[in-house]
Amino acid sequence: MWKTILRRFLIMIPEVIILSILVFLLAKAMPGDPFTGSINPKADPQQIHHLMKINGLYDPWYQQYWNWVVHLFHGNLGNSYQYQEPVTRLIGGRAANTLWLAFFTMILTYAFALPMGVFAGRHEGKLPDTIIRVYTYVTYCIPFFVILVIGIWIFGYVFGWFPTTGSISAEASGGGWLQTIGSRFYHILLPGILGALFGTVNIVQYLRSEVIDAKGSDYVRTARSKGVPSKDIYRHHIFRNSLLPIAAFAGYSITGLLNGSIFTETVFSYPGMGLLFVNSISYRDYTVITALVLIYGILNLIGTLLSDIILSIVDPRIRIE
Amino acid sequence: METASNFLNIKDVSTAFKINGQYYDAISHINLQVHHDEILAIVGESGCGKSTLATTIMGLHDPAETKISGEIDFEGTDLLKLDDNGYNNFRGAKIGMIFQDPLSALNPLKRVEDQIREVMDYHTDLTTDEKHEHVLKLLDEVGIVNPKRTAHQFPHELSGGMRQRVIIAIAIACKPDLIIADEPTTALDVTIQAQILDVLRDIQKENHAGIILITHDLGVVAETADRVAVMYAGQIVEEGSAEQVFNTPEHPYTRSLLRSMPQRDNENDDLYVIKGNVPSLQKMPSSGDRFAPRVPWVPASAHEANPVMHEVAPGHEVRCTCYKGFKFPDQKGSVTA
Amino acid sequence: MSLVEIKDLKVHYPIRTGFWNRITDSVRAVDGITFNIEAGETYGLVGESGSGKSTTGKSVVGLEKVTSGSIMYKGVDITSKANRNKLDYNQDVQMIFQDSLSSLNPRKRIEDIIAEPLRNFEHLSKDDEKLRVLQLLDIVGLDADALYKYPHQFSGGQRQRIGVARAVATNPKLIIADEPVSALDLSVQAQVLNFMKKIQREFGISYLFISHDLGVVRHMCNNIAIMNRGRLVEIGTREDIYNHPLHIYTKRLLAAIPETNVNQRAAHRASRLAVEKIYQEQQSKYYDDKGEAFPLIQVSPTHSVALPENIAKQLASQEGEVQA
Repeated sequence: MWKTILRRFLIMIPEVIILSILVFLLAKAMPGDPFTGSINPKADPQQIHHLMKINGLYDPWYQQYWNWVVHLFHGNLGNSYQYQEPVTRLIGGRAANTLWLAFFTMILTYAFALPMGVFAGRHEGKLPDTIIRVYTYVTYCIPFFVILVIGIWIFGYVFGWFPTTGSISAEASGGGWLQTIGSRFYHILLPGILGALFGTVNIVQYLRSEVIDAKGSDYVRTARSKGVPSKDIYRHHIFRNSLLPIAAFAGYSITGLLNGSIFTETVFSYPGMGLLFVNSISYRDYTVITALVLIYGILNLIGTLLSDIILSIVDPRIRIE
Repeated sequence: METASNFLNIKDVSTAFKINGQYYDAISHINLQVHHDEILAIVGESGCGKSTLATTIMGLHDPAETKISGEIDFEGTDLLKLDDNGYNNFRGAKIGMIFQDPLSALNPLKRVEDQIREVMDYHTDLTTDEKHEHVLKLLDEVGIVNPKRTAHQFPHELSGGMRQRVIIAIAIACKPDLIIADEPTTALDVTIQAQILDVLRDIQKENHAGIILITHDLGVVAETADRVAVMYAGQIVEEGSAEQVFNTPEHPYTRSLLRSMPQRDNENDDLYVIKGNVPSLQKMPSSGDRFAPRVPWVPASAHEANPVMHEVAPGHEVRCTCYKGFKFPDQKGSVTA
Repeated sequence: MSLVEIKDLKVHYPIRTGFWNRITDSVRAVDGITFNIEAGETYGLVGESGSGKSTTGKSVVGLEKVTSGSIMYKGVDITSKANRNKLDYNQDVQMIFQDSLSSLNPRKRIEDIIAEPLRNFEHLSKDDEKLRVLQLLDIVGLDADALYKYPHQFSGGQRQRIGVARAVATNPKLIIADEPVSALDLSVQAQVLNFMKKIQREFGISYLFISHDLGVVRHMCNNIAIMNRGRLVEIGTREDIYNHPLHIYTKRLLAAIPETNVNQRAAHRASRLAVEKIYQEQQSKYYDDKGEAFPLIQVSPTHSVALPENIAKQLASQEGEVQA
């Protein structure tokens, strides 16, 4: 098994190289340049020209790419044009914020979705099933950013129960560790709950149909003919078998959450990678964009690998040697 | 001829399925007895209701979608009056069932040992060690060469024949009095089929169980069964000992089936083809002989208005009067309409 | 010259293992088989699951990549795709599958299903095409209103006949029938078998009839090959195989067929157990050191068996004595 995982990592190398070239070229293909908008509008075009030149932006693309890769291996992703700060440091702090939020949202999502999916499947066609299905369709229909805006308005401004901006309050950032953690948790609570409540549709519907399939399966019929009571059939046969594809899905869902974080962080002004990404695009901050897309891409590949590994652990029919 | 040794008495049982809001009989007015120490084969083509009969006895139908009437007297209890919990005391303990497709009938995520042990968990007070010993003994009994190894394996790691043996081990784990085997060899090669049928026969002798063997394969019936019930369109059309049904078949359907089999020395002839099709559930006629349209040359007067079983010899019964003087069109002296 | 001559056909699948996924071994699904199919005859290929009989069938149609050996048709080796195209081989050779529901496109009407091979090969006008499809439906005994129905609206036997109609649409010379009746009920099976014989008489079609059911094979086939683990263990006429089987594997298969003669039940069982005992105890006599079948040895003009020469001759003479 370890061999296969190692091999999968080796296969990821060319994938990452191709990904990095694509990302690099796409970023270059974006219209505009990083300087025109951000410096004194009266600045001499000669001045911009000069800045472009010393930053190597006139070099052929492969030259720029090569420089970028060489720096990459020194742990140097370049300096952000906008923040005048190393990209590594810029992303470092925000990545922690984003992962922290994504992880929390994921746990909440599964906590909401698993019981709902199982319950709907078990009572297929009955009232609870109908209610859950209507709920998932409604949440699926409303765009996520609309939910976020409404949520922040009601719970943040009208009731004032939750903070509406940032990842930690000013007073807590100077306080003790308990205060720090408390404040951080308080800040992700609303975006986490909203993300979970409105991100359940895939898992609920998938799990529901898995449970319905399992109910009608031959091995469940065998279990019934053994005299196993209904509740034990659900516990020992239906749940585990239905959860299997969901478990495998977990790896992929990381990617989905990171995508979702772009909305969440923008609406909540939460200083994570998503917000940084949106800002960098508006400022044509190439170095940051390329670094972020590369990180997202690599996380995506790791998510896929993770799914395969999870599946091979939970399903005896799939063994990676 | 029925004696007190009946331990399963199926009386006037009908099972109807709900299709588009209406109920249609899949089996109607079945009367059957099963004795200790015998293999009763129920034979018929797909859609004749033989599997429905099996799942009705096992109580595996969803009550919201089915309507069952009649009485199934099993060792003094009417199974049809039981609720699900009451049924669970019989399923697995006193009645074991063997299913057709051995791959899908086993849970893919559980080891063989766990799947066999599950029956004992609910019906015995054995300790974990005793159960383990018993699992190995059962696997040995059904002819698995290396029980220790197989017990630890998952279903997908076994061959089709081995899986079927595991299914049988599950069915016999608690020494049930009645074993229902629904097409137990259909998915298997002939050599494996012969071995599985041997195992079934040995178990029946060993446990003095009664076995209901459900199959479409007349050869399997002739090799294995003590008594035979032939089903057509939800009804039993002929019942008797294996010798009676195979040596002196009476009902036109039984005779047609035997005639449509490829036999030794008829290589150059066309096989007999039964005219028409089996009626679908929704189009089942409510009265008259259901087989009449398949033998159109038999005059209507030969059939009964409401066919009942007639005893032609002790223990040999045939539905409808049309069997009397029945001939195929190409036979001499055939009756023509 | 035979219609099809299969010579030393091998189909091996690589097994990849180790860190670099290198080919370390192979599954020898078909491992050197040789037989001929004569024009207008039904050739039976019999074996248990995993014996390689279906792989052989697919190789003959060209659906399988052949590792080595040749399949000669009209004097040309059709294991190469270029040769198949040159000969219109795909028009001359058609296939009938076991599972009629999954081998017919569920979203196409019967008219389009049957016309598909015609459209590929014959390019008829719309009216001619329809006429031909109606003709074909008539041959397989289905009404014209079947034209606009979909596969799921038919019973298993009717679908199998639609599969046959599609296979005969291009007037093929050879049809590969892979377990064509094993999913069917007895009465429907009779219908399809009769029908296959009828079109053979009318159009002189040859069949390669692949089946595990020795009862059906006896009814259909003049010449029969018994396949075991990728190799042929016995070849002969119906008479040779059913009345004078030589290889223990053939005997074992024959002994396992359930008989409808209730009176002989005990005797039949005893003889089956006796054969099984020999099969278990005398492996080394019937198979080589690696447990594989020996090369075929001819014991009569029609009959060959995979045994060392002395044993084959000895068994054949024993059988001869029984005959006399």
